Amino acid sequence: MKRILQLAVCATALIAANPAFAQDVVIANARLVIGDGSAPIEGGVVIVDDGKVVFAGKPAPGQRFETDIVIDAGGAWVTPGLFATVTTLGLADVSAVGESNDITARGSPFSASLDASTAINPTSQHILVHRAAGITRAATTTMPSGSIFAGQGAIIDLDGDSRPVMQARAFQMINLGEGGADLAGGSRVAAHVLLRSALREAQALSGKSGIPQTTEIAKGDDVLLSRFDAEALVPVVTGQQKLYVAADRMADIRAVLALKSEFPRLDLVLVGATEGWLVANDIAAAGVPVIANGLIDLPETFEQLGATQSNAGRLAQAGVKVAINAATMQDPRRLQQVAGNLVALTRVPGAAGMDWGKAFAAISSVPADISGMGGKAGVLKAGALGDVVMWDGDPLEVGSVPTRVFIGGVEQDLTNHQTRLRDRYKTLDESARPKAYDW
Amino acid sequence: MLSEYTLRARMGALATLASAFALSACATTGTAGDTASASDSKAKTFAARSESEGVFPSTYKAYPNIATAIRGATIYDGKGGRIENGVVFMSGGKITSVGGPDTPIPADIAVFDGTGKFVTPGIIDIHSHLGDYPSPGVQAHSDGNEATSPTTPEVWAEHSVWPQDPGFSRAMANGGITALQILPGSANLMGGRSVTLKNVPGRTVQQMKFPGAPYGMKMACGENPKRVYGGRGRMPSTRMGNFAVNRETWLDAIDYANNDKAKRDLGKETLVGVLKGEILIHNHCYRADEMALVLDMAKEMGYKVSAFHHAVEAYKIGDLLRENDVCSAIWADWYGFKMESYDGILENAAFLQREGACVVIHSDDANDIQRLNQEARKAQKAGLRLGIDIPDATVIQWITYNAAKAMGIEDMTGSLEVGKMADVVLWNGDPLSVYTRPEKVWIDGALMFDAMNPKTRPVSDFELGQPGEGDVK
Repeated sequence: MKRILQLAVCATALIAANPAFAQDVVIANARLVIGDGSAPIEGGVVIVDDGKVVFAGKPAPGQRFETDIVIDAGGAWVTPGLFATVTTLGLADVSAVGESNDITARGSPFSASLDASTAINPTSQHILVHRAAGITRAATTTMPSGSIFAGQGAIIDLDGDSRPVMQARAFQMINLGEGGADLAGGSRVAAHVLLRSALREAQALSGKSGIPQTTEIAKGDDVLLSRFDAEALVPVVTGQQKLYVAADRMADIRAVLALKSEFPRLDLVLVGATEGWLVANDIAAAGVPVIANGLIDLPETFEQLGATQSNAGRLAQAGVKVAINAATMQDPRRLQQVAGNLVALTRVPGAAGMDWGKAFAAISSVPADISGMGGKAGVLKAGALGDVVMWDGDPLEVGSVPTRVFIGGVEQDLTNHQTRLRDRYKTLDESARPKAYDW
Repeated sequence: MLSEYTLRARMGALATLASAFALSACATTGTAGDTASASDSKAKTFAARSESEGVFPSTYKAYPNIATAIRGATIYDGKGGRIENGVVFMSGGKITSVGGPDTPIPADIAVFDGTGKFVTPGIIDIHSHLGDYPSPGVQAHSDGNEATSPTTPEVWAEHSVWPQDPGFSRAMANGGITALQILPGSANLMGGRSVTLKNVPGRTVQQMKFPGAPYGMKMACGENPKRVYGGRGRMPSTRMGNFAVNRETWLDAIDYANNDKAKRDLGKETLVGVLKGEILIHNHCYRADEMALVLDMAKEMGYKVSAFHHAVEAYKIGDLLRENDVCSAIWADWYGFKMESYDGILENAAFLQREGACVVIHSDDANDIQRLNQEARKAQKAGLRLGIDIPDATVIQWITYNAAKAMGIEDMTGSLEVGKMADVVLWNGDPLSVYTRPEKVWIDGALMFDAMNPKTRPVSDFELGQPGEGDVK
């Protein structure tokens, strides 16, 4: 039943959400974060209708609208859902348990043609845990294992329904650093030849149909590029599919940017870019966005000698579009912590960080934009997906968690294996029955 | 041109000559009370020093300090105490006084205004592999697991520590770490001795060794040992195999301890040190059921477990851990990366605190060691959501005094008490906030890091002449 709400008189009526359907929702009296880099808005309102945001901001006096549910946020933080990139969410139950892990496929003859969307498990505990941490959409991908090509990543939602994939084959990822060198047979030089060979094969296949006729590239029993991998690179070389390139060293980053002169239609995204600050102006001039390692400050490899936590901040200052890379943290749910640390750096002499709004955008609207979801995810603006998160504190502060999560306007169940264990072990009392009966 | 092999062979020959010379020189001059002259070589006996005579001794000396006071700050003393608008005064490398705003401050000393800032004891990480798995993490630097036998109590982590690991400086500058325990890895059931370090740069590991700190011994339960050795078709390949090998090894150590005539055995010397209570057991163990079995094994053999490390299921047996006076050194949020971590929950620390068991937050990671304060906050907040209200001062204790206690150095550091080492961090805000960083770090009263002064950023030899040398990290 629709009700008319007049915001000037803040209604607090609350009707229990039916999670099966997207209902109209109004969240009022919020400390509202738009997600576009702007500062939080006190007394903000977000209105979700038919799964989409129709209004977010400071309401005009006397503004009225129809709604099913009114939630008084009571001044709590309300934000868009976080957008995590690059992740492996939905591709493994326990990463060290090989049989549960679809992230790598070292024994497969295929690489670029691997398609993560075929195996996303929407009820993976990692998806449930990360949903409860406020992540509502993610770019998820297999990782390079048999060749420099990781395969084609997907954009997913975390609502746990039967359709997790929003966009299959959204991007291809390759490694052109030490990892790629190793996979290509032992050197960066070999990796570059493999990449160029593969892209030329793809160019030759462009516009053709039927079974791809190309030369297979193999090393002993290892196939580095099969016919079907070459075919999978056609949308890359024609610029229809983004190419995420993992590279950290300054020279490697320059080599990535130079690819555009040979393959002008490549739609490049840098991943990692630990030494990106050393070539920040070049990256900015090339208009290539960066999914940057947030807090890596150790020379963990020889390609990360210049590592500093100020990398992301310096890139942003140079005008580069910067999102935070979820792949280098313990779990993607640490995105909020990493973004919070970037804010902390603004108070450290000599360091570069981001202000609160920019740091939040680096884990919401910016990664969504890089993923082709600009204006749809990671932001609360009219027309965006109805992904709204209410928090029990500052969402960039460690220890803050969501109290309610909406994805596409549907309120989400926040229970998972961890919350069930938590509830079971609230006490250790087994005087009546063993713990196994407590559920 | 000399091949690398030839060169190495020649160098090897030279090294042998040199060491033979050194040995004879030592034997003729080094033994107190031995009146044999250098020419009297037939009469002299050869003897290695025993451990009680001092081997690989610490050469750490506190760096110069000036008497310093901080006033106006919120102080967490590391033992659960909190003082608003307090004063910390340190001189001679020691804590001289700690108190409220009326605490006297002598004239003519350095005084920092701590208004709006916080003071804690130096943060202590009980579980680090810095130096043993240093950056860059190349294979040539992989020195943390002597994975050639399931029990290697004879190895000492300090013999693998590379003092030039840039990770030490990051831990100080971003994490306020002033002391840390370097443990061998977990490939082996008994991985070897740990070493406790002062987090000061040094040319040698001896310059970093924490004077008077007891040794620890690393043990490991569960998946890692059985995977590493089972994968090679040798024992242990199961959890029951893990226990069998451990128990046989302890029985051999007990025999050794009871045998006056036994030939010296480095591994058994370590194990006997454990049986005597001089060396502390740090046992990597995830699952609750395995921790319970380890506690019974310890009772059977007559030793004590100081801390279970990683302990993601400690919350299931908080009562047992309290009764056995064992600390749990844990992460705040690591879970699900291996089978035995599947039941990790954010409430682990809070549930242990609820039971009155000892909590330590640890890193096991060159990045997380820079943010133990933030990890502790995550664990605190998880408890608060369930009504377990753990004061901030107690949470700081998890990463200071409790760590020191489990490492056996709590009489020297880990809290701000008069007479203790002046290991102190001044934070630019609430240390349990993500927005806060260390502003100054003192170790034994010496100012070793100052965010306001770029020249106080330690730069390891490895970083010289490299991109980002001396940069803010």
